[in-house]
Amino acid sequence: MLKFDHVTKVYDGGKKAVDNMMLEVEKGEFVVFIGPSGCGKTTTMKMINRLIEPSDGSIYIEGENILEKNLVQLRREIGYVIQQIGLFPHMTIQENISLVPKLLKWTEERRRSRAEELLRLVDMDPEYLDRYPHELSGGQQQRIGVLRALAADPPLILMDEPFGALDPITRDSLQEEFKKLQQSLGKTIVFVTHDMDEALKLADRIVIMRDGKLVQVGTPDDILRNPADDFVEEFIGKERLVQARPNIQTVEQIMSLEPATIGEDKTLSEAIQLMKNRRVDSLLVVDEQQILKGFIDIEIIDRNRKKEVQVGDVMETNVYTVEKETLLRDTIHKILKRGMKYVPVVEANHRLIGIVTRANLADVVYDTIWGDEENLSMNHQ
Amino acid sequence: MDIIEDLWYYYSQNIGYVWEEVSRHFLMSAYGVLFAALVAIPVGIFIARNARLSAVVISLTNIIQTIPALAMLAVLMLVMGLGANTVVFGLFLYSLLPILRNTYTGIRNVDNALLESGRGMGMTKFQVLRMVELPLALSVIMAGLRTALVIAIGIATIGTFIGAGGLGDIIIRGTNATNGTAIILAGAIPTALMAVIADIGMGWLERILSPVNNKGLKQDKKPA
Repeated sequence: MLKFDHVTKVYDGGKKAVDNMMLEVEKGEFVVFIGPSGCGKTTTMKMINRLIEPSDGSIYIEGENILEKNLVQLRREIGYVIQQIGLFPHMTIQENISLVPKLLKWTEERRRSRAEELLRLVDMDPEYLDRYPHELSGGQQQRIGVLRALAADPPLILMDEPFGALDPITRDSLQEEFKKLQQSLGKTIVFVTHDMDEALKLADRIVIMRDGKLVQVGTPDDILRNPADDFVEEFIGKERLVQARPNIQTVEQIMSLEPATIGEDKTLSEAIQLMKNRRVDSLLVVDEQQILKGFIDIEIIDRNRKKEVQVGDVMETNVYTVEKETLLRDTIHKILKRGMKYVPVVEANHRLIGIVTRANLADVVYDTIWGDEENLSMNHQ
Repeated sequence: MDIIEDLWYYYSQNIGYVWEEVSRHFLMSAYGVLFAALVAIPVGIFIARNARLSAVVISLTNIIQTIPALAMLAVLMLVMGLGANTVVFGLFLYSLLPILRNTYTGIRNVDNALLESGRGMGMTKFQVLRMVELPLALSVIMAGLRTALVIAIGIATIGTFIGAGGLGDIIIRGTNATNGTAIILAGAIPTALMAVIADIGMGWLERILSPVNNKGLKQDKKPA
């Protein structure tokens, strides 16, 4: 999809911003460039839409050398989102969103319906179309900034620290929203940031740069597990490396295998009996194929103990589950944040295969502390 | 009180003449500013992209501004002869600086992020100018025209010395007459009024054309 071939950029005054860069990006891939300021990440990105012209080498998009393409044409085929958002204050939201379609001479009707369609993607009301940017909050403005880049449906989108100027809560929700959007639309994204959390959260592949050179290229897990050198390790930060202990990656590895379960057709007294035997205060309700239906806990039983009902009638069906391949670092955070006591682990067809409890987490934490101490004592020797 | 009576008397006797001079005065000023705008706005846009050139051009117009108006008209008269055209040309020269400087400032003040996102989205240079820079600089440019017009209305008064007519004629007639205070006022008051009205009118236009504030106000009124 996108290929850098021996690309070099030397600024006037001889500063080498990007040095002999070689990189290929697959279609639909989310690539994040990260590095300290002045490492050349933004320069690299801006060479893709030729806001900065490379001094040497060539860049190909789907096999076409972009240096030979018409500049204006090229840019209209690439989405572009910047940190300062850059919505035009004198245009309505609709005019802002449908700017590239307008440049491409779409009809007024088509532009309007496209703008409405895009607003729906981010759950914003169509009435916003006739407002002006300064009437929107920062988060809403950057949503519009992202939609503007999507308007003409370009296969490739460049983003220059798009969430950098937002407050942490808005940033967090926009990141999640955007990642989902990207997965559903299958766009190729080149994303520049200096925030490692953002990179780990969003990227399919992270490109770490320093002084215009690639230091390491790999998936977030590769980089967490095998940092290429001290610089990368320093840059990722020690806490994150601890979180990503190499021997534990997915939920499947830490879950307990035999959760206490019960069939839907059992009575409540059977349920309470089972709880007593297993010494637990809630049971997962499954059918014969071990498909998870819901859960029942001591409070539900207590509320219904006077009635002659079966487990299936009173169980709570709204259960938060994780799949067994889910990465541990994503899951721990969610369990702790939602204050849950346990999370059932299921396969793709919702078949119950295990459970992660807070006791399992305690094991991981113990392991982490113990493992870390061992590392430290090794360093001291 | 005599003066006011005299003034009324003068106006009642000469209303046709006074009106003729008012419109002549205004047209000279307006033409001067208009021609200056036709030259200074494009030049201002051009020098906004060229820092070295902008210093030269702006100091040149600064020098023009320092020449006393009477001297300027006298010199122009030597070349162009008597009459309204000479005054219009003089006013043209005086209007260059405010319009040029405001155009330059207006264009330069457009947020860089907007230019970058415009270019990044694939606007041609001309489209960036037409769709982004000019709309955002328009109110500043209008402020330049406003200053220029007010200055021009003032300077047009001395056009009378080179036979261009205008309200200056009435004032000079007053200074030459014995007890001519009422006649001086008969010329001076419309001149001042014209400058004030031009200022208010252009100010209004400037607000209408302001890209952000005005639209914000309109929008804010809607939900109420």
